[in-house]
Amino acid sequence: MSADPTSRAEEPNGMTTDKGSRDAAVAADLVPRPERLDLAAVRERLDSAEGPEFWRTLEEVTGSEGFEEMLHREFPRQAAVWPAEGVDRRRFLQLAGASMALGGLTGCTIQPPESIVPYVDQPEQLVPGRPLFFASALTRGGLATGVLVESHMGRPTKIEGNPDHPASLGASDAIAQATILQLYDPDRSRVLRQLGRIRSWNAFLDDNRSGLQALAGLGEARIRILTETVTSPSTTAMIRRLLAAYPAARWHQYEPTGRHAARAGARAAFGEAVDTRYDLSKAEVVVALDADFLADGPGSLRHARDFMARRRVRHGTESMSRYYAVECVPTASASVADHRLALTPARLGRFAVALAAAVGVPGLSSPADLDERTRAFAEAVATDLREHRGAAVVIPGEQAAPDIHVLAHAINAALGAQGETALVTDPVEAEPIDQVASIGELARDMAAGEVDVLLVLGGNPVYDAPADLGFPEAMLKVSRKIRLGLYEDETSRYCEWHVPMAHELESWGDARSWDGTITLQQPLLEPLYDGKTATELLSVFLPEAGEVTQRQSVEDHWRAELGETGFETAWRRALHDGFLAGTALTARTVPLRAGAAREASTALLAAPTDTIELALRPDPTLLDGRWANNGWLQECPKPLTKLTWDNAALVAPALAERLGLATEDVARVTVGERSVEVPVWVLPGHPDGSVTLHLGHGRTFGGRVAQGVGVDVYPLFTSDAPRGASGVSIEPTGRTHRLASTQMHSNIEPETEQAEKRHLVRVGTLGEFREDPEFAHHKGHALPDVSLYPEYEYEGHAWGLAVDLSACTGCNACVVACQSENNIPVVGREQVLNGREMHWIRIDRYYQGDLDDPKVHHQPVMCMHCEQAPCEVVCPVAATVHSSEGLNDMVYNRCVGTRYCSNNCPYKVRRFNFLKYTDHETPVLKMMRNPDVTVRTRGVMEKCTYCVQRINHARIDAKREDRRIRDGEVVTACQQACPTGAIVFGDINDPESRVTKWKEEPLNYGLLDELNTRPCTTYLAKVKNPNPALEEA
Amino acid sequence: MAKEPRPSASDRLGKPPVLAPGHTTSSVTDQISAVILRGTPRWWYFAFGFSFLLVLLLLQSLTKLFLEGTGIWGLNIPVGWGFAIINFVWWIGIGHAGTLISAILLLLRQEWRTSINRFAEAMTLFAVACAGLYPLIHVGRPWLAYWLLPYPNTMGMWPQFRSPLIWDVFAVSTYATVSLMFWYIGLIPDLATMRDRVENRWSKMVYGALAMGWRGSAHHWHNYETAYLLLAGLATPLVVSVHSVVSFDFAVGQTPGWHATIFPPYFVAGAIFAGFAMVLTLAIPLRAIFNLQDFITLRHIQNMGKVMLATGLIVAYGYMIEIFMAFYSGNQYEEFMILNRITGPYRNFWWALILCNILAPQMIWIKKVRVTPALMWIVAMFVNVGMWLERFVIVVTSLHRDFLPSSWGMYAGTKWDWATFIGTIGLFLSLLFLFVRFLPMISIFEMRTIVPKSDSEEASA
Repeated sequence: MSADPTSRAEEPNGMTTDKGSRDAAVAADLVPRPERLDLAAVRERLDSAEGPEFWRTLEEVTGSEGFEEMLHREFPRQAAVWPAEGVDRRRFLQLAGASMALGGLTGCTIQPPESIVPYVDQPEQLVPGRPLFFASALTRGGLATGVLVESHMGRPTKIEGNPDHPASLGASDAIAQATILQLYDPDRSRVLRQLGRIRSWNAFLDDNRSGLQALAGLGEARIRILTETVTSPSTTAMIRRLLAAYPAARWHQYEPTGRHAARAGARAAFGEAVDTRYDLSKAEVVVALDADFLADGPGSLRHARDFMARRRVRHGTESMSRYYAVECVPTASASVADHRLALTPARLGRFAVALAAAVGVPGLSSPADLDERTRAFAEAVATDLREHRGAAVVIPGEQAAPDIHVLAHAINAALGAQGETALVTDPVEAEPIDQVASIGELARDMAAGEVDVLLVLGGNPVYDAPADLGFPEAMLKVSRKIRLGLYEDETSRYCEWHVPMAHELESWGDARSWDGTITLQQPLLEPLYDGKTATELLSVFLPEAGEVTQRQSVEDHWRAELGETGFETAWRRALHDGFLAGTALTARTVPLRAGAAREASTALLAAPTDTIELALRPDPTLLDGRWANNGWLQECPKPLTKLTWDNAALVAPALAERLGLATEDVARVTVGERSVEVPVWVLPGHPDGSVTLHLGHGRTFGGRVAQGVGVDVYPLFTSDAPRGASGVSIEPTGRTHRLASTQMHSNIEPETEQAEKRHLVRVGTLGEFREDPEFAHHKGHALPDVSLYPEYEYEGHAWGLAVDLSACTGCNACVVACQSENNIPVVGREQVLNGREMHWIRIDRYYQGDLDDPKVHHQPVMCMHCEQAPCEVVCPVAATVHSSEGLNDMVYNRCVGTRYCSNNCPYKVRRFNFLKYTDHETPVLKMMRNPDVTVRTRGVMEKCTYCVQRINHARIDAKREDRRIRDGEVVTACQQACPTGAIVFGDINDPESRVTKWKEEPLNYGLLDELNTRPCTTYLAKVKNPNPALEEA
Repeated sequence: MAKEPRPSASDRLGKPPVLAPGHTTSSVTDQISAVILRGTPRWWYFAFGFSFLLVLLLLQSLTKLFLEGTGIWGLNIPVGWGFAIINFVWWIGIGHAGTLISAILLLLRQEWRTSINRFAEAMTLFAVACAGLYPLIHVGRPWLAYWLLPYPNTMGMWPQFRSPLIWDVFAVSTYATVSLMFWYIGLIPDLATMRDRVENRWSKMVYGALAMGWRGSAHHWHNYETAYLLLAGLATPLVVSVHSVVSFDFAVGQTPGWHATIFPPYFVAGAIFAGFAMVLTLAIPLRAIFNLQDFITLRHIQNMGKVMLATGLIVAYGYMIEIFMAFYSGNQYEEFMILNRITGPYRNFWWALILCNILAPQMIWIKKVRVTPALMWIVAMFVNVGMWLERFVIVVTSLHRDFLPSSWGMYAGTKWDWATFIGTIGLFLSLLFLFVRFLPMISIFEMRTIVPKSDSEEASA
C-alpha cells in the first residue's frame, strides 16, 4: 500500500493571504474538484484551428484544470510524505484487490531480457566503481562558486567545493549540496509546452520565428527580456547582440532578495556602481551590521575560511580577532560573535550613525536618543576599530538598508580599511541596475500595452515580484510570453510557452564569482529533459544566426575574448581548473562622495523607532522560494529556530508576551492595507519591537514538495519597502499551527539549564584560556581511563574526528553534505513533528544566559564512535559492532530493528527507518544515489559511519601502492563541506595527523566524558574574545 | 499431595474457611464440572463475541503494522520504545501471580491456593501469550525476529549474548514452556473427570485424548505427584528470574531512570503485585457469576489482598529508593530524571502512579475493605492501571529526556498503539472465556482433597 503521492494537500494550511485576486484565482483552480463539462466549449475548441487534433478525453479538449493536474501528478513525488491517517478502508480494499490481481498477472510475465554490455571502446579514465570529478560552477544571485562534481559512470552524485577556486577553497554550503537533488528532482519541468499542451522544440521555433516576422517591422518588435542577475559574459554578449538587433527591445533584471541595498549603497556612497568585497584574512576587528557574512551572501564561504583562520586558538597561538555583530534578525554568523547587539532595523540605523560618528566620520554626530547600552556598545566598538586602523572592517548586510551601506563605506574609509580589508572594485555584474525599479518599469510598460514579446529567463516574477506592481495582471496584456524555467511554476502558468531550462549541471556556461573570477560551467550529463540554456533560447531570436549550441555560445565567446593563439590549451586548462586564473577584479581607490554619509545619517535618523517594525528576509535555506521544491532544504533545520517545512513570524519573547502570543499561535501581521497570517515563533535573542518574516514559502504551483508548505509573505513585499516596513501591527487570530522543529521549543528553559550543568558546550574567553589552557577540562567530570575489560587494540588505523566549536556557525553545510553523501531520505513534515528526522549529523543549538539576549552555541553532533560503545553491547543480533579500526559499524543487513541501541545511546545519534522513507520507485532518484552507500529500507537503524566508504576508497588506493593511508586522504563529507574548517578527521594512531594534533590541544574534550564511553569524536572548546570594556558594563 | 486433609489452624481460629462448610467430594465435583456441563449460557456468547471483536482489532492493527512498519506507532528518537515494551512488561508481570500461586504456595503447603491456582495458571499462560507477542512485533523487521534465537545458520552468526534482549528470549520462552507444562499436567486428572462426565461423543473424545489415558490408578497418582512437584520446583526460580531478566532490559542500559541495581527485586515485587491484582480482578466476578463463593471464599480474597499489600509496599520502597539514590548518588542525570518525572511534562503519569500503586492499596489495611469483594475489585483495578503507568513512567519518561537536551522529545501512543493494546486485552479475555467454558476453572481433584474428611465420610455414609 503506498501513500497517495498527492496527499500533501491533505493538510489544508489554514492560512490565507490576501495578495489580491491573482493568487486566489490560481489557488482556487488548484483545488481538485469535479468540473462540469461544457460540451459547447469542447465543440468550439475542436472546430477551432488551435484545438489538438488527437484528443484523449473530453477534459483534455477543454484544457480543463483537472486534466492538467492529472498530468502533473503522474509522477510520484520524491519526498514521500506519509499521511497521518493512511488511506480509507474502501480505497485500501481497492488497492489490495488491484495489487493482488496485478501481482498475479506480473508473476506470469517473462521479464524482458536486459543486456549488460561492456564498452567496446572504454572511455578514457572511466573505471567502473571509481568516480571522476569535474570542475564546474553553481551560481547564486548570478555569482559563481566553483565546485567539483563527483560523477559515477556518467551520473553526477555529489557536489564538493573546488579547492582551487577563490570563492570556495574547497568548501560549499547547504544549498550547493542540495543542488544535486534539484538536478534529479522528478518535479522539474520535463516538456516544452504551449498553453499546457506538449509541443516540440521545432514547433516552438516555427511559431516564434513566424510570430516575430508577423510583428510590424522586425526592428520595432518591443521585446522585453527579463533575467535574473547576470554576470555571465557570454550571456551578456548574447543579450547585447539581441538588443542591437531589435532597437525597441529592453533588458530587465530582477531578483527579489538580490543585492539591491549593496548596489544602491555603493552608488550613493561612491557616485558610481562599484562592488566592495572584504578580505578578512587581514581583519583584526570585524563589525557586522546586520550581516550574516559567514553563512550567507556572496563570498561567504571565503569569508568563513579567512575569518576563522584568525580565530584558531591553539597551544602557542593565543591570539584571535574580535567580532561584533549588530543585527535585526538573529543569524548563524552571530553565534560565533564575541559581542552581539540585537536592534530593530530603525534602531540599527541609529546605531550605525552613532558608530560612524564615534569612529570619526566627518560631519556626523551621535543621535541623542540612544539608550545607554547601545551608546556604550557603539563607543566600545568605535574605540576598538580605531585602535586597529587598517585591520578593521565594517560589513553591511545584504539585507540592510542602503544608508547602512553608505555609513559602512564611510566608516571603512575613515578607518583606512579601503584597499586593505575592504576592496572596492568595478562591478562584478554585467549591468548593475536597480532591479526593483527595473521590474516596476516592466510592469508599468506591460500594463500600458507597450510590450509585444516577453522573455522570462529563469526567475519567478508572478510569485515574487513586489506585490504593489500587479505584475501578473500586467503580464496578461502581453500577447507573446515565453518562459524558460527549471520548474513549471506560477510564472509558467501565465506564459503561453514554457521551455524547460537546462540545469546548471547540464549546461555550458560562464559566470563571475564574487571577486570577479571568470568561472566556467561544463555539463556533467546531457540534459535529462531536453532543457535549454538562456543563450540557446536567446539565439532563437537573433535574426542572423541559426541555432547556437550551448557549448558554442560559451566557447566562441571566449575564443573571441582570449584570442585564437593558444586558445585550445588555455581553454582546456580553464575547464580543468573550473575558472580562468587571474581574472579577479583588482581593487581600486574610489573616493567617497562628499556629503553621502550625512545624507544617509539624516535618512536613518528620520526612521521612527516607536512602532513595531517588519524585517523581510530570504529564507535561510529556500532563499526567495526558488529552492522550495527541494526536500533536503525544506527539511534542513534552519539555524537557530531549527524549523523545518514551515516559516514563522519570529518575535522576541518580550514582544510576544506584550502581544499575548506564544509559539505556534497564528498571528495576523498587517502593514498598511496588506496582511498575512503566519504562525509565531518566539525566538530568544530577537530584537524586541520587530517581527521577522521569511520569504520563499507558500508556493502555489511549481512542484509537489513546494506547494502548500508555509505561508507566502510576498504580499508584504512591495517595491517601496522590499526589506520590511515600520508601523506593523500583529494580532492573534486565535488559531494555532503546529511547527515542525527538530529541537523542541517547549524545552528551552530546562534545556538551557541542563546544557549548562552538563557542560555540553564548554565555552571560555581568550583571557581564561591564557590563564588556564585546560579550562575546558575543569568544567567536566572526565573519569580516569580505567576499565575492567581489555582495551581494543588497533594495529593499523584508528579513526577519530574533532570539531572546533569556536569555528562552527551552524550553517548546515555539513548536514546536507552528509545527506547527499549517505543517501539519507527526506521524511516530511509529519515525521519531523513526530521526531523522526533522519539526519546523521545534526547541529545542536544551545542558549546561554538571558532569554532576551542569550549567547547561542552550535554543536555539530554525529556518531561518537565510542571506544566503549553503549549501543554495541545491547544489540541482540550483533548488528552494530566494533571494527578493527575503532569504527562503530552498523550492519544494515543484520539489523532487525529493536531500537535498543538508540535507547542506550547517550548522544541519540542513531536514526531509525520507522517507515519506508526512501523512495525506491522513482527512477530518476535512483540515479542520484551514491552507489557506495547502501540504501536503507524500513525497519533498520542507521547512523553516521565516518563515511566508511571514503575510508575504503582510500584503503584500496593505499593498498595498491603498498603504503599506509596518508593523513588528509580520507575526508568525510561533513569535513569537506565545512566552510570554516571546523571539522577534522583522520587517524589517531598517527601522531603526526591533524586530528591527533587537535586532540592533543588543551581545549579538547569529550561530550559526556563522565559516562566513560570514550568517544572518538571530540570537541575543541569554544573560545571567545570579548572586549574587556564591554564585559564590565 | 496431602492425603489426609486436616483442618488448618486458621479454621479453628474462626477465620473464613477455604471451602464453605457442607461440601462433600461429590458435591465439589458436581458443582465445578456443572459449569461446563450445564451448556453455554447466553451471556457467554456476548462476552466471548465482544472479546473476539477485540481480537479482530488486534489482527487489523498487526496487519497495518506489518504492511507499513513501526512508524504507525508513536515511537520516535529519543523514545525508541513505547507501548509495545510497556505492554510486554505489564503482561509478563501479570503472569507472575499464577506461577507464584501454583509453585511457591504449593511448596509452602498453603491450602488456600487450591481453589485459585488453576485459573491463576491459565491467566499466567494467557498473559504470557499476550506478552510474548510484543517482542516479536515491536521490531522493525518482524520477519527476521527469529534471528534472536540461537540456531545454526549459513550466516555463521550467533545472537549477541551480551544483550539483555537475548536473555529475555530465553527467560520468556522458558517461562512460557514451564507454565504450559505445569498447567497442563495439573489439568490431566480433571480432564479425565470431564471425559467421564460429558455425554457428547466428540467432547468425550477430545477430553479423552487430552487426558492421556488417565485412569486414576495409584501408579498414575504416584507419577503425577512426582511430576507436579518437580515442575513446581522448576517453576519456583522462574517467579524470581523472569522478571529479573526483564528488568535487566532496563537496568543494563545506561539511561538515567533505567540504570539502577534495585530493578530486579523491585520488578519481581511489582510483578507479583500486579499478578495478584489481576487474579482478584478476574476471581471476584467469576465467583459471583458461577456461584463459586463456596470455593473462592472471603478467605482467598483476604489472603490475596494481603499479598498485594505486602508486595505493594515493596514496590513503594522501590520508588522511594529510586528517589533517594538519585539525590544520594550526586549524579546530576539521575537527579534531573527524578525531578523530571515528578515535575516534568509527564508528571501526571507519575502522580497517578503514586495514587494507584501506593495510596490505593493502603485501603487493604482496613478489614472491612478486605472482606468486601467489590471494594477489593476496585483496589485491584487501581493496581492494574498503576502497574501499567509504572512501566510507562520507566520506559517513556526516562527516554524522553536523557543526556543531551537537544535530543529531548515527547511521546504519545497513537490510535494504533491503543488498538494493539486493547487487542491483546481482547485476546486475553477470549482465551479466558474459552477456558472457563471448556475446562474446569477450579481444580476438582485438589478441591476434593481439602474437603474435611469427616464431612466427606458423613456424606458418603
